[in-house]
Amino acid sequence: MGTPVKDVELPDRPELQELLLEKHASYIETFEKNKDDLDYCMTEFLRVSGIYWCLTAMDLIGQLDRMNKTEILDYVMSCFDKDTGGFRPAVNHDPHLLYTLSAVQILILYDSVSLIDKDRIVSFVSKLQQPDGSFVGDRWGEVDTRFSFCALATLSLLGRLDAVDIEKSVQFISSCMNFDGGFGVIPGSESHAGQVYCCVGSLAICKRLDVINADQLGWWLCERQLPSGGLNGRPEKLPDVCYSWWVLASLSIIGRIHWIDKERLTQFIMATQDDETGGFSDRPGDMVDPFHTLFGLAGLSLLGNRQIKGVNLIFCLPQNVIERLELDYELLKE
Amino acid sequence: MSEGDESNSDEQGYVYYRDRPNWKDIEPIPQDDGPNPVVQIAYTDKFKDVYDYLRAVIRKGEKTERVLELTMDAIECNPANYTVWHYRREVLQELKKDLKSELEFAEETVLNEPKNYQVWYHRQKLVEWSNDPSRELYLTAEVFKDDSKNYHAWQHRQWTIRTYGLWSNELEFVDGLLKEDFRNNSAWNQRYFVIINTTGYTEEVVKNEVKYVIDFIKVAPNNESAWNYLTGILKGGRISDHEPVLKLIDSLRSQHVPSPFLLSTMIDVYEEEVANGKKESLEKAVKICEELGSKIDPVRKRYWEYTSRRLISAYGPLDST
Repeated sequence: MGTPVKDVELPDRPELQELLLEKHASYIETFEKNKDDLDYCMTEFLRVSGIYWCLTAMDLIGQLDRMNKTEILDYVMSCFDKDTGGFRPAVNHDPHLLYTLSAVQILILYDSVSLIDKDRIVSFVSKLQQPDGSFVGDRWGEVDTRFSFCALATLSLLGRLDAVDIEKSVQFISSCMNFDGGFGVIPGSESHAGQVYCCVGSLAICKRLDVINADQLGWWLCERQLPSGGLNGRPEKLPDVCYSWWVLASLSIIGRIHWIDKERLTQFIMATQDDETGGFSDRPGDMVDPFHTLFGLAGLSLLGNRQIKGVNLIFCLPQNVIERLELDYELLKE
Repeated sequence: MSEGDESNSDEQGYVYYRDRPNWKDIEPIPQDDGPNPVVQIAYTDKFKDVYDYLRAVIRKGEKTERVLELTMDAIECNPANYTVWHYRREVLQELKKDLKSELEFAEETVLNEPKNYQVWYHRQKLVEWSNDPSRELYLTAEVFKDDSKNYHAWQHRQWTIRTYGLWSNELEFVDGLLKEDFRNNSAWNQRYFVIINTTGYTEEVVKNEVKYVIDFIKVAPNNESAWNYLTGILKGGRISDHEPVLKLIDSLRSQHVPSPFLLSTMIDVYEEEVANGKKESLEKAVKICEELGSKIDPVRKRYWEYTSRRLISAYGPLDST
């Protein structure tokens, strides 16, 4: 009784078996400089996150000095909204938790947190917590476990977790756990590997991983691996390089990364490189972008590739950057 | 990201805002990327035109009919830009617009761009304001015809059902979807959502659900979603208390169906037996773990090795060792 599996085939291209480091560096460098690109202008509404993806990718491959630190910090600071204490994705947009986390990650990466008024940011984040422990992303009021992660990660990076109700935060996240052991966006919504990462990461920051059934969740996560070696985000969906991060980081936090077949996943990620332009795409043969480039590299780092720096599995920043902060969080062992 | 060819818009008679007489009073504001324009953008002409005027009206706080038209163009240029949607809602409220035509616009946009997060949120706000959820079940069902796992549509549907108490026909709807595609994980999730929020999983409901899901598993024994649903609703109780599940296992096993989900559930049953004092079941469970790791599911070899180790350390040692 054969079961059809939604999956892709890897191209038989020996040139993709090697990590094309210099090409990736030059792809990111060009992306940040080439403002004529349509993609670049269409993504204005998430600019600060885009900068974070680019910088972290460059740092992971030891090429951060190719980015213009002064200009970038000036730009990020110009996105700080003094009235609310949040960061805008770009000038003329509204501040949001998503970009506040990205901005803080950038400032941490450049060891430049002293540039900002931490208390203003802490106040922005803590005001977004709701009575049930959830977080809205901005004043418009949408709830999502992604925003719980953004809030808790931002506060943790700033050393100010005390500013919100941790117990309530944990309660809300627990209420999003599903019968399959995974987590969704809000209570009742389907398990999704990206949301699993946000919830597991949040619980690790709160040191409350006891909430999780690690064996059940671990199995659900490693079931995301398809015959091609790639990982999907939900059953019966196609594999995508970004899940190399969401799934692997979640598995690592709960101490079960070795439950997947590392070799096959490595081959899948490698096959999503573009050997002409540099960069990684979601699946072999698709267009590359900085988002998938970061998560491809970060995934390979978790898989133990030594050409790439170690990455912190909760904050997705280089491990040496996080070590500087001496943060406290929980990790499980098998 | 769509690869729109902006020049087409010009050919189709787009008139730049800068050339429109009724916009002469507005001084457009170009994108300001801060003191050092590291991320300055070379916009296409129409994009630049629309957004330069949008920036100007937002700064001015103008909330008029012509701004509604401008936001419509801005949305068309870049529907993922959430600031535009927010501003459009502010204008709609200020002008106390009849929401009927806006609901129609949102419906059309949802159908054209079902993966756009902003438009679903816009739709939700409109439904809230108008207190009219009458189209939502239809609209989401339309979206499922093309993409039965669309996450935004499912969230919108759950929100509608929960907010307006529209539970009564949902199980029937889910049943239809599962009959079309029994691997639809979103539909299995919805089934759980409906039951947990209505009757709850009482003993009788569980009995019926077990029967329901078993029929699907018989057709496709490698269906992860169906197995997850089955083991999910039995969590907290004992699998071996459910005769139909034991029968299913025996039947599939006798046909040598190589399904990791089947074998995993067998391991659970053996574990229940060991816990109940039937020591010989430990060896059976461990053997299945070996079979899975070496032959049936080698990709997850380490998981099966772990399961085997976990069982032995909890209930072991094995008699033979």
